[in-house]
Amino acid sequence: MTQKTLRKGNEALAEGAIRAGVRFFAGYPITPQNEVPEYMSAHIADAGGAFVQAESELAAINMVYGAAATGTRAMTSSSSPGISLKQEGITYCASADLPCLIVNVMRGGPGLGSIAGAQGDYFQATRGGGNGDYHIFVLAPNSVEELGNFPKLAFDLAEKYRMPAMILADGILGQMMESMSFNFDPVDPNKLGKFDWAVDIHKNGRAKNNVFSYKGDNLIADVVERAKRYGLIEQTEQRFEERNCEDADVILVAYGLSSRACLEAVNHAREQGLKVGLFRPITLWPFPQKRLAELAKTAKAILVVEQSLGQLVQDVKLAVGDKCPVGLNAYPAGGQPDGAQILAAVKSLLTGQKEGLFTLQDHAAGFTYHCTRDLKLGVQGDRKGETK
Amino acid sequence: MYQGIRIAGFGGQGVISAGILLAQAGVENKLNASWLPSYGPEMRGGTANCSVVVSDGEVYTPIVSRPDTVIVMNEPSLPKFEPMLKKGGLLILNSSLVNSRPARTDIKTVCVPCNQIAEKLGMDRIANLVALGAFIKCTGAVSLAAVADAMKKVYKRAKPEMLELNQKALQAGFDAVK
Amino acid sequence: MSTILAKKPNALTDVPMHYCPGCGHGIVHRLIAETLEELGVADRAIGVAPVGCAVFADSYFACDCVQGAHGRGPAIATGIKRSKPQAIVFSYQGDGDLASIGMAEIVHAAVRNENITVIFINNAIYGMTGGQMAPTTLVGQVATTAPKGRDPKLQGWPINMCEMLAQITGSKFLARGAVDTPQNVLKTKQYLKKAFENQVNNVGFSMVEVISQCPTNWHADVQQALEFVRTKMMPQYPLGVFKDKGAE
Repeated sequence: MTQKTLRKGNEALAEGAIRAGVRFFAGYPITPQNEVPEYMSAHIADAGGAFVQAESELAAINMVYGAAATGTRAMTSSSSPGISLKQEGITYCASADLPCLIVNVMRGGPGLGSIAGAQGDYFQATRGGGNGDYHIFVLAPNSVEELGNFPKLAFDLAEKYRMPAMILADGILGQMMESMSFNFDPVDPNKLGKFDWAVDIHKNGRAKNNVFSYKGDNLIADVVERAKRYGLIEQTEQRFEERNCEDADVILVAYGLSSRACLEAVNHAREQGLKVGLFRPITLWPFPQKRLAELAKTAKAILVVEQSLGQLVQDVKLAVGDKCPVGLNAYPAGGQPDGAQILAAVKSLLTGQKEGLFTLQDHAAGFTYHCTRDLKLGVQGDRKGETK
Repeated sequence: MYQGIRIAGFGGQGVISAGILLAQAGVENKLNASWLPSYGPEMRGGTANCSVVVSDGEVYTPIVSRPDTVIVMNEPSLPKFEPMLKKGGLLILNSSLVNSRPARTDIKTVCVPCNQIAEKLGMDRIANLVALGAFIKCTGAVSLAAVADAMKKVYKRAKPEMLELNQKALQAGFDAVK
Repeated sequence: MSTILAKKPNALTDVPMHYCPGCGHGIVHRLIAETLEELGVADRAIGVAPVGCAVFADSYFACDCVQGAHGRGPAIATGIKRSKPQAIVFSYQGDGDLASIGMAEIVHAAVRNENITVIFINNAIYGMTGGQMAPTTLVGQVATTAPKGRDPKLQGWPINMCEMLAQITGSKFLARGAVDTPQNVLKTKQYLKKAFENQVNNVGFSMVEVISQCPTNWHADVQQALEFVRTKMMPQYPLGVFKDKGAE
């Protein structure tokens, strides 16, 4: 077994990316992902690559667009508000069928939000995020080890299907240190072979290559072709991890950091004789709905644990349908999931109580969820002296 | 063995680096380990803390919300972290700077005058290592030798005499617990 | 025996250009193609086409091309150049593209002394979207979003990019030409040659601004458009070299 080393999440990610053959990085400072560009600025040149601190997120993702067009393994990283800015370039990359890597070390939102770790960008990531009909691969690591190893997986998938991939992490994963090891040999980009679509100098007299986003009259055919590819991906690339699900009465569904708190809950539940399991989506797009739908046939209930306010639960509901009830235990806007609270929610679900639960049916009636501060509900901010 | 630890004190007391050292020592002992600094809104008020887990199995969440051990290096951290401790958990108290004593009776408290011991060694700054030595004596979660190895990796630029002094502080903390 | 006196450069494809009659884009395309050939770098050029009237430029140049988002040409060119340092990379942009939405990208490409060549077509109007006010629209010039003419009280003044970029240490060659007369066409070609030579010689960031005519959106015939270039544009945008610094 490889000796494990202690690494910070963001640094493991950056080192993993260099090992995966990334030779172009552009980024813009934003907490909590700053260690990624810092590490790249110190190390990517030694590997023969280029680092650019861009003037903006827009510039960074468009630099990646240019670098990826040459067939270079290119990436950018940012955190939630920065990822919003990058959507222009991400949809361009998708439209031009460019493999590249975007890393989102999520923080609390909407808007400037907070720098606490969060999972509020699930919809943005899994629904495309920018304009038009497209998807990107979304990989959700739940450990520093996966953060370090997923860049390789991301590029292998992105290049196989010619589309952007995103690693969706969060502030805590980025900031924490953990013992980890890399599970692949460093990739030598010179041995990867050349793409027949990439732009390059062409002294060999091959036909000219264009990488472009404007499709004009060909757009419908273009989008349909991509939809077929997406269909294939949805059939063949669903990835997930299952823990104690075979005999589980209640299956927790969580990704990323939330799934770690769920592990604690599963462990404690089993000690108390409660049959609780964990289903962890690793690809958020494509969502691993096939296996989840199977598990839903035998489970008494599913509890979705997410650090957002009812986003992951929608994909779970789509997968599960009415095979079993689905509850939600949510920690939005920087709230931190906690094993004991999750276990309390499991018990509520089993006994038909509401504590710690928010079900979709409850939406109109109000709900309880765990949050870092009290919410003041009610109408605020009426304009003073407004004339009707 | 599963040890979830919180180390808390003023910024500058070395609670963050003591946590890294402990996690690295876990790795030296072939354990799984995680470390998470106080991060985000928790950082306010000049206090710092970190979560560390060392485990011979899997590390669940890196956020230690019900610690097995809390190391309290300053007064304001006691009321904040005492309630978090697991029933039967261990509280290591820096009695040089913390005058209050815990209210709970369902925990084990060990008082160590970390700053006084450190000053006797000639450097107030290494009180964090005294506390770490005490933790090792109480829990055996990692070995003293592992921390010594960890120091070379964590304090890469430290001079040999500084490493030696750190080592002494660690041992003094270890010996201070009867 | 016949002698070929003039022919389409090999650095252009045979795809028919879609530009309006009297437009300056086609002339500048040809000048770029000739320059690449004359410098012997046509086979290692990579072009960046913009959003705007020149959105199809990627199909007109025979080299590999990337068409990217509005304003981001210098960023895209940066990504290409840093990944393929041996390539001769140029970004072709209009005035809304370069001087409005892409202001940050052009400024910072110059700040970094990015070793790329930028061709900036200034016709003082948004062409493809149908004649809206550009950052370079002249005071009093009518546009669909300035129906009474550009009023400095409401819309400020036109921006002179060469003069502005000349203030930046990282910019190495900045010149403004025009394509209204054969003399100016030849002069513009000299500027282009210098701008591309600078890239070949690793001197760094070079930009050629070209005052170009847009009869369609100026609602003018070709003669009137050329007159507008000479009598209205050139006083605001004087021709010449604004900066010429060799390698440090």
